[in-house]
Amino acid sequence: MALPGPRSGQPLLEVENLQTHFRTKDGVNRAVDGVSFHVNAGETVAIVGESGCGKSVTSMSILRLIPEPPGKIAGAIRFQGKDLLKLSDREMRQIRGNEISMIFQEPMTSLNPVLTVGRQIGETLRLHQGLSAREAEQKAIEMLTLVGIPEPARRVREYPHQLSGGMRQRVMIAIALACNPKLLIADEPTTALDVTIQAQILELMRDLKHRVGAAIVLITHDLGVVAEVAERVIVMYAGRKVEEAEVGPLFRTPRHPYTQGLLGSMPKLGSSLHGEETRLAEIPGLVPSLKAKIPGCVFATRCPHTTDLCRQVAPALEEKAPGHVAACHYALKEEALAA
Amino acid sequence: MTRLLEVSDLKKHFPIKAGFFGGTTGYVYAVDGVSFGIDKGETLSLVGESGCGKSTVGKAILRLFDITAGQVVLDGKRIDDMPAGSLRPLRRRVQVVFQDPFSSLNPRMKVKDILAEPIRNFGLAKDSKELDERVAKLMDTVRLPRDAVNRWPHEFSGGQRQRIGIARALAAEPDLIVCDEAVSALDVSVKAQIVNLLQDLQAELGLALLFISHDLAIVEHMTHRVAVMYLGKIVEVAPKRSLFAAPKHPYTQALLSAVPVPEPGASRQRIILKGDVPSPINPPKGCRFHTRCPYAFDRCRVEEPKLAQPSTAGAGHVAACHLHSLPEAENPLAAAVGELVVPA
Amino acid sequence: MASATVLARPELTRESVSAAPQMPDVLPPVKARKGFIGFLRRNPTIAVGGGLLLIMLAIAVFAPLLWTVDPTALAPARRTREPSAMYWFGTDMLGRDVYSRVLYGARVSLLVGFSVAILSSVIGLAIGMVSGFIRWADSIVMRIMDGLMSIPPILLAIALMALTRGSVQNVIIAITIAEIPRVSRLVRGVVLSLREQPYVDAAVAAGTRTPVIIWRHILPNTLAPITVQATYICASAMIVEAILSFIGAGTPPIIPSWGNIMAEGRALWQVKPYIVFFPAIFLSITVLAVNLLGDGLRDALDPRMAKRL
Repeated sequence: MALPGPRSGQPLLEVENLQTHFRTKDGVNRAVDGVSFHVNAGETVAIVGESGCGKSVTSMSILRLIPEPPGKIAGAIRFQGKDLLKLSDREMRQIRGNEISMIFQEPMTSLNPVLTVGRQIGETLRLHQGLSAREAEQKAIEMLTLVGIPEPARRVREYPHQLSGGMRQRVMIAIALACNPKLLIADEPTTALDVTIQAQILELMRDLKHRVGAAIVLITHDLGVVAEVAERVIVMYAGRKVEEAEVGPLFRTPRHPYTQGLLGSMPKLGSSLHGEETRLAEIPGLVPSLKAKIPGCVFATRCPHTTDLCRQVAPALEEKAPGHVAACHYALKEEALAA
Repeated sequence: MTRLLEVSDLKKHFPIKAGFFGGTTGYVYAVDGVSFGIDKGETLSLVGESGCGKSTVGKAILRLFDITAGQVVLDGKRIDDMPAGSLRPLRRRVQVVFQDPFSSLNPRMKVKDILAEPIRNFGLAKDSKELDERVAKLMDTVRLPRDAVNRWPHEFSGGQRQRIGIARALAAEPDLIVCDEAVSALDVSVKAQIVNLLQDLQAELGLALLFISHDLAIVEHMTHRVAVMYLGKIVEVAPKRSLFAAPKHPYTQALLSAVPVPEPGASRQRIILKGDVPSPINPPKGCRFHTRCPYAFDRCRVEEPKLAQPSTAGAGHVAACHLHSLPEAENPLAAAVGELVVPA
Repeated sequence: MASATVLARPELTRESVSAAPQMPDVLPPVKARKGFIGFLRRNPTIAVGGGLLLIMLAIAVFAPLLWTVDPTALAPARRTREPSAMYWFGTDMLGRDVYSRVLYGARVSLLVGFSVAILSSVIGLAIGMVSGFIRWADSIVMRIMDGLMSIPPILLAIALMALTRGSVQNVIIAITIAEIPRVSRLVRGVVLSLREQPYVDAAVAAGTRTPVIIWRHILPNTLAPITVQATYICASAMIVEAILSFIGAGTPPIIPSWGNIMAEGRALWQVKPYIVFFPAIFLSITVLAVNLLGDGLRDALDPRMAKRL
């Protein structure tokens, strides 16, 4: 398979043929079905898609946060060469929050309401780095300063309910970064926030990317956010990867009809200034059920270009241009385009 | 155009109850003096961040509760103090579509009964045959199959449920639909479907829409005029193009510049506001935005600005900001900001 | 948009395109079964709990046909016999057949359990609706309920029984009164949260009158949590009945109830434990069955759980 290769040596994270299935009462839900990608050290990769595409399940699978049963993870998830799926629970705990950490969508429910902010930041430090209570608090204040919380020495003794939504998300980021992780997984980190607060957090994430140097896997449905922070983008649909490219080429020349549809259905700010009153492009229909096996292309039921071939043969991910792969029989390659 | 709805100096203060028998210890000043009007067939968008009071305005217009002060006038009739009995027939004219497609439909009613309820309440069908016909027509209108009327809400996807919610609103044959974040909870591709549907319906039926949303890109796509709310007050009202080309309130400016744009590498002028929205229980004195405004000066902290047309703005464009009383050379908002997004 | 040029339609065939590799099955396929059997397979707790409860019901109803003798027939000559082929559960200190008494005792327990569950649900529903919908009544009603709830239900029932003559009917009334506060609190909570639901707002906007809103939009949505609560009340009522009878404040001793049988066997516990053992086992199994049914119903009826995955 022609995937864009790692830039130098071994990638930080390498996911190969990841399958995460769930046993449900009325069938097996193939939430993620054969997804492969890699993340290089220090790189920001976005996984985009709509609800039910498997992007969150992918991120939870990397940290092995999927309850088994009813779930089951197959494939390989190599982090610095080690297959995370082969580690014991104990070894896995050593990695979670230490080498790989995660930021969730809901800053309120992911913080413990009965512990102070300082305790929650310090906890991971004391657990993974064996710091004393005093050192942990010192470090917690440092982390709060890093994420731009004013008066960190006071805030460190406060409880989550005393903070606003934006501050709580900053605290979540502080907790996630406390142990200097090599990989940060951010699952819809700004979705629950207001636009002006979202702008603050995105600014913070861009700033921290330079200062901390952790690789980021950003899970989001918002293509605007992707364009602002990501370097490489993976588009998922119905549990599969349908396209992957650097952020520029993906937005300029999307190859997969789903990506094209997604971009076309987004209203763009400033559209009224050019005097154009256009209709939004619709993607008709619904996401297929993941409980039935889909023999052909997963997007065939909604694609404007579908043929019988699409319904019968699932397209392989092919390199359509250097570093740009898409799973569509009809998406042309660069050479063919030029001709 | 004729005025359909006129809201003047609307206030809604929610008491904060505490103690054994629930004495009032304070108020949440959710909406604190809001005035605007909507013409027949027009879309007015109410934008702002969570807690700015935009949904409360919508509910006040629907008279889901009694307002604290002010007036709501529908087609010349004052409805805010009307007794429930005489209000009922007027309710037909203003309907609502809510945000959450899952909690906005009663899970224990079939689609048929959900759509029939307003038709029966307002006596819009003579007999059960006409009722069935109307329900079937509504399904056509929102592009759902007719035979789906016998199904339960949980058998539908989010977008389809939102279509049912729109059909229910249309069942009463309203003049105005309040869309309270009606597309916010939907996925991008489904959102486009519903936005297009709403636009088509407006063109077909001549509906007026009060489009309450926090999503400026959608608002720009849908609306005729925009009212921006901050902490219970309207800070700016303008025709769409005027507002998106040259916002005249610093909050609107910041709001516009904060929207992430799907153009990698686009260079934009960005204003990042500091801090968070203050609590509506204890709103700041003077201009409510002064605690976060990058241009705030002394006058902003003591005197509340009124909505007025800045000399640099076009017709129908009003903003509540003291900067416009400064000489033009000193006013950072005087010049049009022009293109918000400069493609790479 | 540039996208139109990216897609072209050359004549492709199965052979000329590369197919994605087939993904293996990670989990064995699940066969979705429809209908009643499918429902029971998906909800094993309901199947087990409901099954056990049905058996108990059958025992209560068909007690005379299940090789029993008159449970009140005294036979001083055959006192305190051990369990045997003749007396399956032995005989008590008055020579009565414990097997027959335990089977007939199921009638009292189930009657009390079901009656209390239904009565307290209906009354609690009414009180909860009133206080959830009428603002001024709310604080008064709820303070009274708080007061009642501060007394343990068992003590309240004992106190109420002390005021009246012991009879099955009075036992049911006493336990019902003790259980009402819990139901009405639950209903009030559910009503308050349902009132905030957008579909209720939409119904108001659609001109629906308040009584219709209560009947059509509120009531049907309270039934699921009340049904679950009713099963727990049923279980608790059976235990309270047994306790009341055990301490002599409940069902008159002439009627065989599990509490009475245990009370009579108490004196001989050291030497003849089976007199207490058999009614106790039956009581435990019945309570377990009802609780299992309640847990199963809660999982099956809770839309959040149903939506999961």
